[in-house]
Amino acid sequence: MSASATLSLPSPHQHRFRVIISKLGLDGHDRGAKVVARALRDAGFEVIYLGVHQSPEDVVEAAIEEDADVIGVSILSGSHMELITDLLKIMREKGLNVPVIAGGIIPPDDAKELKKMGVFEVLGPGTPLSKIVEVYRAAAAQVRRK
Amino acid sequence: MSELSRIREKLLEWSKEVLEPTMKRFPEIKKEFLTEEGFRIRRIYTPLDLEERGWDYIEKLGFPGSYPFTRGPYPTMYRGKPWTIRQYAGYGSAEDTNARYRYLLGIGQAGLSMAFDLPTQLGLDPDHKLAWYEVGKVGVSMPSVDEMDLVFRGIPLDKVSTSMTINATAIEVLSMYVAVAEARGISKSVLRGTVQNDILKEYIARNNYIYPPAPSMRYATDLIIYAAQNMPKWNSISISGYHFEEAGATPAMEVGFTLADAIEYVNHVLDRRVLGIDSFAKRLSFFFAARTNFFEQIAKFRAARRVWAKIMKDRYGAKDPRSMMLRFHTQTAGVLLTAQQPMINLIRTTIQALAAVLGGTQSLHVNSYDEALSLPTEESVKLSVRVQQVLLYEAGIIDTVDPVGGSYYIEWLTDMIEDKVWKIIDAVDRMGGMIRAIENGYPQREIAKAAYEWQLRVDKGEIPIIGVNKFVERKEEMKVKVLKVDPEVRDRVISRLRKLKESRNEERVESLLDELRKAAEREEINIFPHILEAVRHKATLGEISGVLREVWGEWRAPEVY
Repeated sequence: MSASATLSLPSPHQHRFRVIISKLGLDGHDRGAKVVARALRDAGFEVIYLGVHQSPEDVVEAAIEEDADVIGVSILSGSHMELITDLLKIMREKGLNVPVIAGGIIPPDDAKELKKMGVFEVLGPGTPLSKIVEVYRAAAAQVRRK
Repeated sequence: MSELSRIREKLLEWSKEVLEPTMKRFPEIKKEFLTEEGFRIRRIYTPLDLEERGWDYIEKLGFPGSYPFTRGPYPTMYRGKPWTIRQYAGYGSAEDTNARYRYLLGIGQAGLSMAFDLPTQLGLDPDHKLAWYEVGKVGVSMPSVDEMDLVFRGIPLDKVSTSMTINATAIEVLSMYVAVAEARGISKSVLRGTVQNDILKEYIARNNYIYPPAPSMRYATDLIIYAAQNMPKWNSISISGYHFEEAGATPAMEVGFTLADAIEYVNHVLDRRVLGIDSFAKRLSFFFAARTNFFEQIAKFRAARRVWAKIMKDRYGAKDPRSMMLRFHTQTAGVLLTAQQPMINLIRTTIQALAAVLGGTQSLHVNSYDEALSLPTEESVKLSVRVQQVLLYEAGIIDTVDPVGGSYYIEWLTDMIEDKVWKIIDAVDRMGGMIRAIENGYPQREIAKAAYEWQLRVDKGEIPIIGVNKFVERKEEMKVKVLKVDPEVRDRVISRLRKLKESRNEERVESLLDELRKAAEREEINIFPHILEAVRHKATLGEISGVLREVWGEWRAPEVY
């Protein structure tokens, strides 16, 4: 089955959005991150997959180096509040202004809080890939400024 | 006329006279019916389907407690020994976990199953920079022998059996358990339990590895050998397919990759020329997932037992039947829990648990209904234990051994899975074994591909999930109590760690760590006794792991998705 049948590819004149997908923190559950990475790739994004055991510093550094349009982080260990707080703080310090999308096991109240803190969207378990692609596209389009 | 010919004749008659007219009036709801493995399921199974495969009762089933163990590892199964209700638990500090364990033992759980936080699993003390975010989150923080003592305060170590999900730091943590027992006057030879110690699956799916594969295999092998010589009641490894299933593996991949891992471990132990096959194979244990797709899951467990028995007998020439019997723990599949309408998860886990029990599991963890949202609360964990108790005490499932044995469908499925498992094992053999296969990214790639295809099919609605893509409730009230780990846990654990370091004989610790370094450099030395001695003198997990990191280096994974 080809993925492009379900996830529409961008037309040739469109810019290829660059997105960082990363596991943030020490959590090793990477099924979700990998599936999202692949779905975004099949939908025409340029995906830089950082893999597991990434600190907030690592992610920010990679995002700057790769000139990323969006940062996607996945956390299933329950440390999302502390990790994302630091990620946003370091981004501010480094003057990096791109949307952050979070996925994983994040309780509804925490998701609300994270959005208040400036996270673009929180995508929990059960979110269809088409919705995920749509959210990443919206996030990237919003900041494509260069 | 033989019985089979009579069945064949009657089947034709039934097809023409009963089936066809019905199919005309009421067509079936789908064109084809498939298992999760992709096997096309026939409308009805009869002895003819088994005959077609050359099925032979004695060869395929035999009797429980004897080769090939398809019907179960023990002759009386649950009539003699019910499965162990063993809920995986642990969070926060040692005090929190101690309270949860006493609670679980109090509501009728028989065995403990320890969850450790990520710093503990990755060899970092709680005061390490990278550990800061994760102390006490997915399990208990365990930097020293003192914390182990606190966790087991008031729990008799000679009475409980304890399972520990720990791999890259398995020797450190098991040493803490042994040291606490010895301090209480209990010999390590009577301790009962299991340590996961399965590093290969970390490279494939779970990602809690520290060192590169070669020294990691030496570490795991040292533990297996030490336990075989000193801890006769301890399962020195729990070779795990659960994490493959969670990462996306199909049922045959789950079993195939697990048994291929097992072959790699057995080869490594034999290569050391210290132990013969029958002196350690009986202490190898296994760990699988139970999904909701009921019949194929039951078949999966039965096929796993049969394949393992054949491997031990034919490939390794094992003589002791206990070496050939695959004993396993089961956990219901976490990936099948939904955050949407979470109470439905109780129904799912009941079906999954039933599959595990009909598949002949030795112990069982039932996930809690709220775990797609957060760590489980006491109330939700209690329901998980109650699910098991209803199966055990009310449902009559334990009254006979292998009640599904002889079902034409189950036996056909068991055979089909077995065939596919052998194909996977052959593929890994051809690559030169599991370490090679991992370095090539083979199991990682296969599993990632299966996960992606699964998600695409869910999105298309081909795989129905109630509450997610079917019977969705638009305005869902998410009123689930959420368990949060107290952020003060970190401070408490770190301040105890400081006190420990002030109270110990620093010189002694230094010299023991130095001895460990020398042992780690020489492959013919078993490092277990060195780690145990360091732990007794209050060396911390991070210090011990740090020494091994210096000698062995760290592993960076090739990223495959």
